[in-house]
Amino acid sequence: MPRAQAIALALLVAFIAAAPFLLFPVYVMKVLCFALYACAFNLLLGYAGLLSFGHAAYFGMGSYLSAHAAKVWGFTPELAIVTGGLTATVLGAAFGYLAIRRQGIYFAMITLALAQMVYFFCVQAPFTGGEDGIQAVPRGALLGVLDLTPDFTLYWVVAAVFLAGFLFLYRIVHSPFGQVLKAIRDNEPRAISLGYRSDDYKLLAFVLSAAIAGIAGGTKAIVFQIATLTDVNWPMSGEAVLMTLLGGIGTLFGPVVGALIIVTLQAELAQFGAWVTVIQGVIFVACVLAFRRGVVGELQQAIRRPL
Amino acid sequence: MSELWYDLEPFLQQGTLGLVNGAFYAILSLGLAVIFGMLNVVNFAHGAQFMLGAFVAWMLLNWAGIGYWGALVFAPLIVGLFGVVIERMMIARLYKLDHLYGLLLTFGLALIIEGLMRNAFGSSGLPYEVPEAFRIPPVDLGYMLMPAYRFWIVVVSLFVCLGTWYAIEKTKLGSYLRAAVERPKLVQAFGINVPQMMTATYGAGVALAAFAGVLAAPVYSVNPAMGANFIIIVFAVVVIGGMGSILGSIVTGYILGVIEGFTRVFYPEASATVVFVIMAIVLLVRPTGLFGRA
Repeated sequence: MPRAQAIALALLVAFIAAAPFLLFPVYVMKVLCFALYACAFNLLLGYAGLLSFGHAAYFGMGSYLSAHAAKVWGFTPELAIVTGGLTATVLGAAFGYLAIRRQGIYFAMITLALAQMVYFFCVQAPFTGGEDGIQAVPRGALLGVLDLTPDFTLYWVVAAVFLAGFLFLYRIVHSPFGQVLKAIRDNEPRAISLGYRSDDYKLLAFVLSAAIAGIAGGTKAIVFQIATLTDVNWPMSGEAVLMTLLGGIGTLFGPVVGALIIVTLQAELAQFGAWVTVIQGVIFVACVLAFRRGVVGELQQAIRRPL
Repeated sequence: MSELWYDLEPFLQQGTLGLVNGAFYAILSLGLAVIFGMLNVVNFAHGAQFMLGAFVAWMLLNWAGIGYWGALVFAPLIVGLFGVVIERMMIARLYKLDHLYGLLLTFGLALIIEGLMRNAFGSSGLPYEVPEAFRIPPVDLGYMLMPAYRFWIVVVSLFVCLGTWYAIEKTKLGSYLRAAVERPKLVQAFGINVPQMMTATYGAGVALAAFAGVLAAPVYSVNPAMGANFIIIVFAVVVIGGMGSILGSIVTGYILGVIEGFTRVFYPEASATVVFVIMAIVLLVRPTGLFGRA
């Protein structure tokens, strides 16, 4: 790992270790869940050049299935989260297979439309509880032993899930597979001419991204003990895009910074209702017009080292 | 009447009613296709502009006393002008970048417009009465009675769609437009102001969306979410039809409205998702879309 990245990672770990003593653990857990979600999204947009506008489907289904597994099937929390992740993986494989048949703008529209189909399914399916969602999800005991009801205990589990996911993504991006993904992003015809089956690479990236988004959603369901239609509706897809864009597309730490800013903003502005939507829209417009590198992207430019 | 007729009648009825939704799909996907063809931007704000059309109609009625017929003219003009300003100030700066930035920018605009409208008017929706002229007995189609206003939507939308198609495919101005889509630099070298044409095209596409919004106002309640609900379905319609063909996007819009109507007869639960399922099937069988070019 290059030194700049190692320092940034050390800072991140230090922040995660110190945060529960300085800030509300639930708030930091929310940041971590969304950061993982945005990082998963960034694997596709930042490293494979695929703009998915439907990641809410994987986040939301991960959330629903984890909540259902923990509440109705009585799964332990780690198994519940795995259930959510597996559901998102299967869904990602099916949708990814369809979506990679088209490129660019169409890819975005297809993923959005498929996610909306999932949303309508969740509105009607009995197990989601409709408008009420799945409430009072038990946090349970880790491996059946460690009681996760106290926020402080649960925090370390969530931190571990986040770090595991983050390092896994780091590994993917820096593996030969990740290099091929970047080659496809930068020049797909050339990657194909070199003998890479670009569709296979894109599909695998899509499935991995969906799986991690599902794990993020499942973890969120355990933390907040609720899974609702908000998790699976299109604004949730937009949030992944916004966090990544603001933090820096195609940077390792960008989505984490983006998630921190957006979650904080939402918490501070919660009382102002629809103004949150307006401000998110303004950030979108401002980022696209004048700040396309994002926070970490600018930083990376300033120190001339990848982050 | 045979027994078969009784089985078919509900299909005919729901299919005909489906044409109403199809009319909106057609106008909206037509506007998207026109904008995309010229600007290479997928206008995510199309739904928000559709919703603005309905709101402007409501404002004209309640604040300025201008009724439905006036709104049908003025609302598209007002919202279209707003589109022109947006194109000049923001979208025009993105033409040299990846197309995805256009999508992201217009998505942000959609959030802003929707949030502002929710702040100003709440999310419950405002009533807009069916105009006086249509409070007449329903139209007798033989197999059903169709409310006069819905009948009007189908008729007027057909005129607008075919009119747009004619303007693009058969007029001189349209030929400039098509030429500029194919070879913008060359057309500019012939002395045609292509950037101005792009602005005008965006304005016209937005005006179409607003026109659809005014048409929709008396049928759906005027509320900030009405655009988002439509635009995602219209995206699916566009994927099915392919954005390459103007006529294709119109035809696909109506057909999908009718299919949605049919679905309401034999499996009502699926009527919300049938368009997406069809999109998935089309992607499997013919990835470029029904009328699309590779």
